[in-house]
Amino acid sequence: MNYHWNWGILFELSPDGGHTYLQTLLLGACWTLATALAAWVMALALGSLIGVLRTVPVGWLARFAAGYVELFRNIPLLVQMFLWYFVVPELVPRAIGTWLKQVPDASFYTAVVALGFYTSARVAEQVRAGITSLPRGQRLASLALGLTLPQAYRYVLLPMAYRIILPPLTSEFLNVIKNSAVALTIGLMELTARARAMQEFSFQVFEAFTAATVIYILINIAVTFAMRRVERKVAVPGYIGAQPRAVAR
Amino acid sequence: MFANFDFDVIVRSLPYMFYVGMTFTLTLTVAATVGGILVGTALALTRLSGFRLLALPATGYVNLMRSVPLVLMIFWFYFLVPYIGQWLTGAAAPIQVGPNWSSVITFTLFEAAYFSEIMRAGIQSIPRGQVAAAQALGMTYPTVMGYIVLPQAFRNMVPVLLTQTIILFQDTSLVYVLSITDFLGAASKVAQRDGRLVEMYLFAAIVYFIISLAASRGVRALQQRIAVIR
Repeated sequence: MNYHWNWGILFELSPDGGHTYLQTLLLGACWTLATALAAWVMALALGSLIGVLRTVPVGWLARFAAGYVELFRNIPLLVQMFLWYFVVPELVPRAIGTWLKQVPDASFYTAVVALGFYTSARVAEQVRAGITSLPRGQRLASLALGLTLPQAYRYVLLPMAYRIILPPLTSEFLNVIKNSAVALTIGLMELTARARAMQEFSFQVFEAFTAATVIYILINIAVTFAMRRVERKVAVPGYIGAQPRAVAR
Repeated sequence: MFANFDFDVIVRSLPYMFYVGMTFTLTLTVAATVGGILVGTALALTRLSGFRLLALPATGYVNLMRSVPLVLMIFWFYFLVPYIGQWLTGAAAPIQVGPNWSSVITFTLFEAAYFSEIMRAGIQSIPRGQVAAAQALGMTYPTVMGYIVLPQAFRNMVPVLLTQTIILFQDTSLVYVLSITDFLGAASKVAQRDGRLVEMYLFAAIVYFIISLAASRGVRALQQRIAVIR
């Protein structure tokens, strides 16, 4: 191999003048995390709602939710990003479209919205799986005790369902972090984009990508570790406990 | 809203998008699925072999691939494959493979990690007694795997493997970052040439949606048939 390794490049000044290359990568990691966290909050809220709707005994609501999931699951994330970034501003009324195009950090907000909707369909499927995995008697018993349907979901079904689906939700969260890299196509300077920029400016390809890979792995390990703790903390003694081993990666 | 919607640009670029773009997308999907299942099965067998010296690197590889974004891996391989080629062939300079081959190699090796997890689950779903019985009958390890375990494991996992293939089909759109003319790449090139982003991206989304939806319906139907047979 006639590649010239130069790990010192990470501590040299990058073309932005104020930061070393390593610092630009870490800034990128912050954007990655900010995008992923914001999208995750949105996905969790929307996904829970849609997941619940898929299991309610109201025909048209369940069908609407099923259609929602199919829509966002069957279009590639990259295409969805392009739709939100290039197409939506053209289809809304002109004044709103012009405003949308001028929002500062537009690529960040677009990435959050696109990732949020995309992931919400996946979260919805997990929530539905969690609810349907509960014994049918739990819903019947809570309704028989006089709880309204929303109360049955709020106090009986969802608290158990969330605990059951915690491991798959963890891997879904890891997916959001990884998928946020797709946002580089609409100009978000997250971790992968910064590694690519560093490669272009410094020609040190493998140092740049190795550093980015290591940062992704560290984020991965941190999230997995934190979620294990959460799982242990919220476990219901005697019921799910430590039973479902986390398949969190 | 759709007042100045230009359907003609879609019609005009249909041959380009499908003959050039979709052909590449489907070729990449099929090549990466076949290659990924082969490499993935080898990885799964290695992980389950019981030789720690072999199992640990395989586990490390799978976990590494599954913890980094596909986009980053596409860039990695794009720059790494020429050097690997040089190392393998002993050439004097890095071998130029071009983005198309680079993407095939990337997707094969990346998806192999995901396919290996599926095959591992499939192999582990075969009762241990079958392996013990086969060994008691005097079968060697390749015979046990080739005639007893893998055919059943593969068959059990066909729906999951196909679902992964649908995900792979959608993921191939990411070769956009190497400016390859896959289906989305073709749509995007026409869109930028003619200034018709709205029409082209909407059309691309609809095509992806229809294909993926039809494929997942097909997988569901297949799953029910297989479930009846077992």
